[in-house]
Amino acid sequence: MSEGIRDKVAIIGVGCSRFGERWDAGIEDLIKEASVEACEDAGIEIRDIQAIWLGTAQGSQQTGGVPTGIVVSQSLQTQGTPVTRVENACASGQEAVRGAAYGVASGAYDLVMAIGAEKLKDTGYGGLGGGAPGKWEPVYGAFGSAPGRYAMAATAYFAKYGLAFEEGKRILAEISVKSHYYGVKNPKAHLRREVTVEEVLNAPLIAWPLGLFDCCGVTDGAAAAIMVPASMAKKYRKDYINIKGIGISAGAGWGKEREDYDFTYWDATQMAARQAYSEAGIKDVHKQIDLVELHDCFSIAELIATESLFLCEAGKYKQEFTDRRAYYHDGEMPVNVSGGLKSFGHPIGASGCRETYEICKQIQGKAQEPSRQIKDAMIGLSHNQGGHPGRFVCGVIIYGMP
Amino acid sequence: MEGIVSYGAYIPIYRLSGEIVRQVWGGGTRGERAVANADEDSLTMGVEAARVCLQGIDKCTVDALYFASTTAPYKEKQSASIIAAALDLREDIVTADFSDSLRSATTALRLALDSVKSGSVNRVLLIGSDCRIPPPNSDLELVFGDGAVALLIGRDASIQIEGSFHTSSEFVDIWRLEYDKLPKRWEDRFVAEQGYLPHMQKAIFALLRAHNLAVKDIAKACFYAHDARGHRNMARVLGLDITQVQEPLFDKALEEAKIGDRMLLANYGDGADAYVIRVAGEVRGNGGSVRRYLESKMMLDNYGKYIKFRNLMEFEQTPEHTPRTSLSQIWRERKWVYRCHGHKCQKCGKVQFPLQKYCMYCQADEKLLEEVSLSDKKGTLFTFSIDERAPVIDPPNVLAAVNLEGGCRFFSQMTDRHVKNIKVGMPMELTFRRIHDALGIHNYFWKCKPAR
Repeated sequence: MSEGIRDKVAIIGVGCSRFGERWDAGIEDLIKEASVEACEDAGIEIRDIQAIWLGTAQGSQQTGGVPTGIVVSQSLQTQGTPVTRVENACASGQEAVRGAAYGVASGAYDLVMAIGAEKLKDTGYGGLGGGAPGKWEPVYGAFGSAPGRYAMAATAYFAKYGLAFEEGKRILAEISVKSHYYGVKNPKAHLRREVTVEEVLNAPLIAWPLGLFDCCGVTDGAAAAIMVPASMAKKYRKDYINIKGIGISAGAGWGKEREDYDFTYWDATQMAARQAYSEAGIKDVHKQIDLVELHDCFSIAELIATESLFLCEAGKYKQEFTDRRAYYHDGEMPVNVSGGLKSFGHPIGASGCRETYEICKQIQGKAQEPSRQIKDAMIGLSHNQGGHPGRFVCGVIIYGMP
Repeated sequence: MEGIVSYGAYIPIYRLSGEIVRQVWGGGTRGERAVANADEDSLTMGVEAARVCLQGIDKCTVDALYFASTTAPYKEKQSASIIAAALDLREDIVTADFSDSLRSATTALRLALDSVKSGSVNRVLLIGSDCRIPPPNSDLELVFGDGAVALLIGRDASIQIEGSFHTSSEFVDIWRLEYDKLPKRWEDRFVAEQGYLPHMQKAIFALLRAHNLAVKDIAKACFYAHDARGHRNMARVLGLDITQVQEPLFDKALEEAKIGDRMLLANYGDGADAYVIRVAGEVRGNGGSVRRYLESKMMLDNYGKYIKFRNLMEFEQTPEHTPRTSLSQIWRERKWVYRCHGHKCQKCGKVQFPLQKYCMYCQADEKLLEEVSLSDKKGTLFTFSIDERAPVIDPPNVLAAVNLEGGCRFFSQMTDRHVKNIKVGMPMELTFRRIHDALGIHNYFWKCKPAR
């Protein structure tokens, strides 16, 4: 009988680079920035680390190639330390955390580091570069873009719950307003400007019904977390954070092609959540979870992920979250008070690790700006998702005080 | 007797109007012409016409496919074979492309008749399709129209082809060299007086003589002309009454034909072809496709769009949007890429697309999955989005999830759509399109479109 990961692994240090269009930094700089902060936070040296997991979707897109773990050893001058590069699209960061945690839990290592990193802004164009016709498949879905595919979920959600276009857009706009509100309160965030609902509603369309402010930007950045066996954590610091549960689900991938797939709830997200809740012993999400960092690459992604993580009844987002402002830091269920992917930024492979960073800092009472510090947070949920509706790989990790 | 067993036509949805042309070039251009969408070419339009033609016909009876066009998408690589796959025809058939002459379709018709008469084939599917680019700012700009026609040629046909007459001529009037995008031509008066009128007259009168027919015996005459004036002059020279002259859309003539009618069909280019056709029985309907396609149209709202459709200017290329493809992958996946085959699970009954290794509903192994054809299924729109930033020739890119009748969700791009009119629940159908060009390869696949 498997025992699960609960309370076996502790995080003793986290680091995060400044996110943004980092014309000044390559992927090596970003990895160093995050790793050095994590080591300082843990009170260790880079050479103490026994193994490293790197989560990155493409590393540095400028090269056009897929990097190996060497990009880490080159950045940090580790001399032969094992580095495993993992990839699960936008969920690569959490995959690194998972790999590192299991490395410790297996007893193979006593001190490991997970890094998520992505350098997107050396390509010469604005988007992610996934939009080239036939890049992934010669003909099938040859023209799918992330906004185009997520927007189908928004259309379906509006249709299913009878929301007029303006009504639905307003619910989504409130989410983006909240993300930007917290981006301002985060010195490391990419987008640091407040926006109003009207601004969001009047912004140019990207993929109907989603507009400019419904979409996260294209960001450079890296984040890192250092882990040890929970039994050894006290040696490093008092306020270490334990991993309570990990769930990961690779959806069957044929969602958009199934007649019973309605786009408005995401089964991979639900499955990952169930696994993580079960492992962490979460019975009542509302009572037990104090903050959520979830994968809001689009406003509709935040809405549906909130419902699919069972934080909200399906179709009741407006009543339970928008109207009650539940997702603010002083609300009933704070969501993405870091600014989220939307405002903190979304360097593909870094986001999962960046969520770890935010949750640890919140639980430790060390949010960079006290004005967004959540009171007495003990348990946090991190949700990281790669792909697009109908074709998700999804991870959920629960972190908490020992 | 041999003749036309069934027929179908296709006219693309877009129209270029004289008003739009005048806005750019001035002058007094009037009327409108059909313009193939950015994702259409002669090959895809041919597929659409043939799909109309083959409605209710057992596709296994087609033994040959002849494709005639002066604008085949490949210089080397047959179009007929791609069309045959998109139509889900048998593999053991004869396919051939007829090209280079404006007369290639009517010449292919003679060869199709001969093939049937010889007994070597049962039925020939003949497709004529063209997407010629008129020189911008010329009198041809609204004369050339894009479209396709398909005729199923066989025995015991209700539309009987009684006979034909053909001439060949080295006369040069309009031409394109290998790398020419636009046609070149000699002075129109020379072309009319020395080429078009005498060549057509000669063939038509020779044909009528051979069949002991007079001009008055013709119920409807359908013949080619390079423009409306040429068409009028030809009718005058032949001594045709206005009631006998069919506007130059042969299929429309068939749509309106009555039993007992005798029709004349004549075509010009490098000589002339002329046919006498008798409507002997009930004309096999094609759902009035010509009328339907003429009526359902979308006006191009600016000339820039037309320039992009036909690639008449150079545009910015970003490294982000360098398209890719893979011929080996398409070959592996040809059953669903070209033939639009899906799977029907023998265990749970669910229909699914594309072809699967296991049933996506009950996980039954592919041994239990039966291939079914989906291209003719109608559907309704389940959800969609409108991507303003996608690198498509005719933005925005509409992504759509369509539920097909009899089960099956079809996820694809939506084409031939008024963006403002798209609504969840609207009726949809599938269409074969050239979805993008990459590495110098035309990539064909199925899209959905609002039912037309």
